[in-house]
Amino acid sequence: MQPALKRENDLTLNRRSFIQVTTAAAGGLLVSLYLPRITSAQQPPAPKVYPPDAFIHIATDGKINVTVNRLEFGQGVQTSLPMVLADELDADWSQVTAELAPAADVYKDPLFGMQMVGGSGSIAHSFQQYRELGAKTRAMLVAAAADRWQVAANQCRTENSVVYGPNNRSARYAELANDATRKSVPDKVALKNASEFRLIGKPVKRLDSPAKCDGSQKFGLDLDLPGMKIAVVAHPPVFGARVKTVDDGQARALAGVRDVFEIPLEKGTGVAVVADRFWTAKQARDLLKIDWDLSGVERPDTAELRAKYKQLATTTGNVAATRGDEKALDRIPQTNRIVAEYEFPYLAHAPMEPLNATVNFQGDKAEAWVPSQFQTMDQMIIAQTLGLKPDQVTFHTEFAGGGFGRRATTDSHVPKEAAVIAKRFRDTPIKLIWTREDDVRGGYYRPMHAHRIEIGIGPDGLPSAWRHVIVGQSLLAGTPFAMMVKNGVDETAVEGTADTSYNIPNFHVSVHHPTVNVPVLWWRSVGHTHNAFVMETLIDELAARARVDPIAYRKKLLKADAKKLHSVLDLLDQKTAWRKDPAAGRAVGISCHESFETAVACAVEVSIENKRPKIHRATVAVNCGLAVNPLSVESQFQGGLGFGVLQLMAQGAITLKDGRVEQRNFDGYTPAYIIDAPSAVDVHIVPSTEPPTGCGEPPVPVISPAVVNALAKLTGKRYRTLPLVSV
Amino acid sequence: MATFHLNINGSEKTVDVDPSTPLLWVLREELKLTGTKYGCGISACGACTVHVAGIATRSCVVPVELVGDRPIVTIEAIGKDPVGRVVQNAWIETDVVQCGYCQSGQIMSAVALLKDTKKPTDKNIEESMGGNLCRCATYVRIREAIKRASQQLG
Repeated sequence: MQPALKRENDLTLNRRSFIQVTTAAAGGLLVSLYLPRITSAQQPPAPKVYPPDAFIHIATDGKINVTVNRLEFGQGVQTSLPMVLADELDADWSQVTAELAPAADVYKDPLFGMQMVGGSGSIAHSFQQYRELGAKTRAMLVAAAADRWQVAANQCRTENSVVYGPNNRSARYAELANDATRKSVPDKVALKNASEFRLIGKPVKRLDSPAKCDGSQKFGLDLDLPGMKIAVVAHPPVFGARVKTVDDGQARALAGVRDVFEIPLEKGTGVAVVADRFWTAKQARDLLKIDWDLSGVERPDTAELRAKYKQLATTTGNVAATRGDEKALDRIPQTNRIVAEYEFPYLAHAPMEPLNATVNFQGDKAEAWVPSQFQTMDQMIIAQTLGLKPDQVTFHTEFAGGGFGRRATTDSHVPKEAAVIAKRFRDTPIKLIWTREDDVRGGYYRPMHAHRIEIGIGPDGLPSAWRHVIVGQSLLAGTPFAMMVKNGVDETAVEGTADTSYNIPNFHVSVHHPTVNVPVLWWRSVGHTHNAFVMETLIDELAARARVDPIAYRKKLLKADAKKLHSVLDLLDQKTAWRKDPAAGRAVGISCHESFETAVACAVEVSIENKRPKIHRATVAVNCGLAVNPLSVESQFQGGLGFGVLQLMAQGAITLKDGRVEQRNFDGYTPAYIIDAPSAVDVHIVPSTEPPTGCGEPPVPVISPAVVNALAKLTGKRYRTLPLVSV
Repeated sequence: MATFHLNINGSEKTVDVDPSTPLLWVLREELKLTGTKYGCGISACGACTVHVAGIATRSCVVPVELVGDRPIVTIEAIGKDPVGRVVQNAWIETDVVQCGYCQSGQIMSAVALLKDTKKPTDKNIEESMGGNLCRCATYVRIREAIKRASQQLG
């Protein structure tokens, strides 16, 4: 949000009553209250106070503003969490608005202990929290009404932002808010039964839709501040290279260029250009003549890495899972064995909104505006860079145009770059913009991987022995999360395989984590991107070989306690009568996968057009526990499938030659356009009252294996190398 | 630097910029019309789509000096157009957006399509919307919203 807009809000809000409910840093709930400050219209608006952290503002005009403790970047949390709170509060939904929280302790994810979006936890982790916030506030409003009417609280009921009491008495929340602030916060409060929900579980349209359809929604990149300058950085052509010499004569000569200087980067050094306008800054950067020092810098080459990974995959790595008899495989005759080798490329996240961060350094304090998935980390690193404490950095969470993991870096390298530059321009907001080229070439990719699997098939047609080696860089090694790497196994590389729900009696999974000079990062659904592809294509191959229906085969092989997966396969079977009879020239592919505690089964109908898979339709069955907003679940699944199609795109790969990334923009690194994504997606949700689980990432893993399983039926070929360069 | 008189959303605007500056950055930085988005800078994603003399145009590759007196319409004003209004409403009704960053460009492309083709087929939609990238992949609902708008337009 722009400061101008914010100031306007402050003026209105400061003249009204508030209820402020906060959580303690420890995670326990408490409510701290403060009385409204009355400011006259003549007085300059006071800055909006977050002391320390409001979740609910009830204004005297009946508007209820809910503060959302996470980044909104498409997943719909800016609507869903307010829904949850409003339901327990019995608020009038038409009067509910929402805003994104700045960085502060109270907004930390209750499970992760830092303010962030990740692990598909937006709803899963804050569902209970927002219910309690709503219910406690409701109890305080009821207590205020009961006092006013001299009746017992249990004689009152609430509906649509009104408390109703005996003798036809009623009071709007807005009238009660002031009194309610003087009530103590209940330690415990009863939450609704599912049958009492008015919003939870109902399809509710997004609150941010209108602003995103008329251009008024501001994203981080849209920030405009008085005196603001724009910065771009010439990054090294090879990760970690350093500036040897720079000739900036022509760049400095451009009107509007304010400064050109060398800066330290997370790896190596770069040259920052600061100008009044983006176009000037970019032109100036193009005019720089930089001689880079590549000495001592590893220059990775993906063709060489592929060969190396393939070789490594023939040797046992660090053991991630083992059960049964390791030698069982060797006793199975060769004719009943499958040996399969898979390759996966580096993938860039390439969110639509290019990476950016704005920092204003003011000596003893600073202000930052970042579309951030990792507020706690970003705020801390900006502070460190500027020689400040985190609480001296006011950190605004800006709406983000996608992210998919890219805005959650453990080194906060983008905000850090902005801070390094801002430090030189005191009291001047610096908006750092990464161009699309910076983004595509800038690293922090989904790591490339090789898998090698040997399977021994039992007389029943089911796999009785499975030996699996995975090769890929560790995401966590060298980061503050390195302690999560156990016995040389980074779980994020083996998730979806090592913990598979398929019941394979003799099972061995190991992993190698080579070190490569390419920064890597979690990419929407993380390890499941490649592990689900491997598992679901192999299981499909086994089913075909056994001549068993792919859904029936999966159900037979799944453990009985994999209840969510069984439920989605059953639902998929019910909803896909069409799969028995595909149109001429089309075939059906099936897959299922559980990730982030959400199970998904998928069927696609595919033909081959212009040597590419054409996905005519997809049906998915989902078990995500209670679906808080089914409309949002549906859109996450429709979109998540399309997102996952990137893995199949002919140009869906980042490659390096002599240390240099070979792609530069969407012309060489090409995600799915409308023609590539499924033409129709119908989503079916398993009815459930279990706690809600994530929906951001679980759609992604299922689509690519389902599509190639269909292709296999059309061509007789198995597809084990991505990207899918030819069919 | 040079001075240009532009017809933007029905009113004349004067800007003083380098003649090579893409229209996109003139809109965003000089005129503060930030609804038009930067996504790639090479006309490969469509986030910067505006109407130039009624034609859906990638503003990131059009130097301001080539615009002349052609009228430009951006997302901020497309709601004043009867087709534009219907398309925006169809987008909201269909709950299309996710992150929303590409949607200005999607809507501008969809309006141009529907002005040209009242009853677009799936193939028409794929052709006209084929260059508008959505990384959230809201494509299924984009198709739905275009069909909904087409119906409402009669």
